Amino acid sequence: MPLGHWFASKRNNKASLNPESVNQKLTDGDFERLWIQCYNCSERFPKKDIQENRMVCSACGYHFRINSWERIHQITDSFEELNASLRPKDPLNFTDTAPYAERIEKTEAKTNLKEAVITGIGKISDTKFALAVMDFSYMGGSMGSVVGEKITRLIETALEENLSLIIFSSSGGARMQEGTYSLMQMVKTGAALAKLHEAGLLYISVLTEPTFGGVTASYGTLGDIIIAEEGARIGFAGRRVIEQTIRQKLPADFQTANYLLKYGQVDMVVQRQQLKESLYRLIQLHQKSLTLAGPVSSRQL
Amino acid sequence: MTQPLFEPFDFEKPIYTIQEKIEELMRISEETGVDFQSEIDKLSARAEAFRMNVYKNLQPKEKVQIARHPQRPSAIEVIRQLSPQTWFELHGDRAGQDDQAVVGGIIEFLDRPVMVVGTQKGRGMKENLVHNFGMPNPEGYRKAMRLFSHANKFGMPIVTLIDTPGAYPGIAAEQHGIGIAIAHNIREMARLRVPIVSIVLGEGCSGGALGIGVANEIYMLEHALYTVISPEGCASILWRSPEYAAQAAESLKITAQDLFAFEMIEGIIPEPLGGAHYDPQMTIESVRSSLLSSLTTLTQLSPEELVEQRYQKFRKIGAFEESVLTR
Ligand SMILES: [Zn+2]
Repeated sequence: MPLGHWFASKRNNKASLNPESVNQKLTDGDFERLWIQCYNCSERFPKKDIQENRMVCSACGYHFRINSWERIHQITDSFEELNASLRPKDPLNFTDTAPYAERIEKTEAKTNLKEAVITGIGKISDTKFALAVMDFSYMGGSMGSVVGEKITRLIETALEENLSLIIFSSSGGARMQEGTYSLMQMVKTGAALAKLHEAGLLYISVLTEPTFGGVTASYGTLGDIIIAEEGARIGFAGRRVIEQTIRQKLPADFQTANYLLKYGQVDMVVQRQQLKESLYRLIQLHQKSLTLAGPVSSRQL
Repeated sequence: MTQPLFEPFDFEKPIYTIQEKIEELMRISEETGVDFQSEIDKLSARAEAFRMNVYKNLQPKEKVQIARHPQRPSAIEVIRQLSPQTWFELHGDRAGQDDQAVVGGIIEFLDRPVMVVGTQKGRGMKENLVHNFGMPNPEGYRKAMRLFSHANKFGMPIVTLIDTPGAYPGIAAEQHGIGIAIAHNIREMARLRVPIVSIVLGEGCSGGALGIGVANEIYMLEHALYTVISPEGCASILWRSPEYAAQAAESLKITAQDLFAFEMIEGIIPEPLGGAHYDPQMTIESVRSSLLSSLTTLTQLSPEELVEQRYQKFRKIGAFEESVLTR
């Protein structure tokens, strides 16, 4: 019997497995630290095994949400961070049920991140590329001024250094606490991508669980190639808003990666295990073509 | 005058109450021959002072009501008044749809052809349904982009008129790539080599507004709003109840005055006291004079300068801290 099964059956004997009691137990000591339960198939595994499997359930293939540094570790051989010191401000002096300034402090302490995106130069083998990875654990990956600025600077770096660009998105949308400052980041990043486009540089957008709102309606969907990671939910409007507007239930697979593939909105759905290889090969193919075809100025974009 | 022109908003009701009192005194005076002139004058002065006070100190939630007033001048009314002789409406995305939430076509302004594209809400249920309450589907943004490209090809300046509660949240909208359609418009508008001026007539909501909003200069009507999310939507998420919409409207800083202070827009177009719906024609004349000066300046710029100016306008927007020591 696999260790996970053994553990599961042992716990089963102790208490009934209604979801609440599971949650209760998951938060306590040893189990939390050493074991992980799949949200999809409820199978339990030693955390180490799942980590070694890139945080993918080895029983059902469910992709656990991963943080930005874990992602960077998975898809690069080396990485040099840029603009690491950028931190959010509170331009509107915004307070909802708690002051935004307080939320920033708490989130920074909880996540050990300064913002919802990490940007820098990544390398696979000897191929360099500009890389941004959003982190959903920082205020739902919301896009405010810092995210917009770091993404824009990264695009400018890609332009200067003639690099391909890869952005991993994971975001609930624009950060409401920064109001129109957040909204306008959609234009700032989109306009920078216009320059990248004209320069004939490759941009691969990888949409991961979940990507919505302002990110979907700006850099998230402006990739020359758009990849959806297996299991990601991707859309512009949230499911609840749509249901309230049209007053009907949505299909279960609505806004899933494969749903988007079916409707022609993404190029491919890729399993996490294949992502690094896919990205590397795509960059190689496009670089080869650019070398063969010559400078982009000879072809109108 | 007695009857208000429109069903008054709650915050306007005291104005009408005082006016009713004045009229009652005048009636009694006429019937009885007693002279109430000094009382009437006093009340009138009070009424006027009160009116000024209400309209000069409109709260964001009141501006939201005014910005959504059904009698507010619409894109089509602005178009017709700006160019009474020439209006070639153009239709369709050339891929199967003509989304009427977006209207557009060629007018003549400043003695030259100009491409105008706007979101249109429609007035009354029948029109609302035709125009989908001004909420474009992806096809609407693609129609807009087709007209922008046309303008670019023939060197026509572009004017966009924004009044939308946002892009439409629907099943087909998601299937057909509403996010991609908006994103694509943002990127491609950034590349257009003609002048672009955007005017927010009423509501400029979220990405739905940006899909036609990447301009060299942006103007807002005095009581228009520009926001990342509707106050109701924001309240539902952050306060977990739409009842906090007034607070959200306040916190989000969505008024023309806010955006001007943030240097995100170039100017505010004055409205008649009480709002554009009290005198749409006069409001549109104010739109005309703003457009005149804006386009006169922008048409002096070269295509390269236009693209660069537009880029820098948005490039500088953002509020963040950065320590210079660590890069
Ligand atoms: Zn599983």
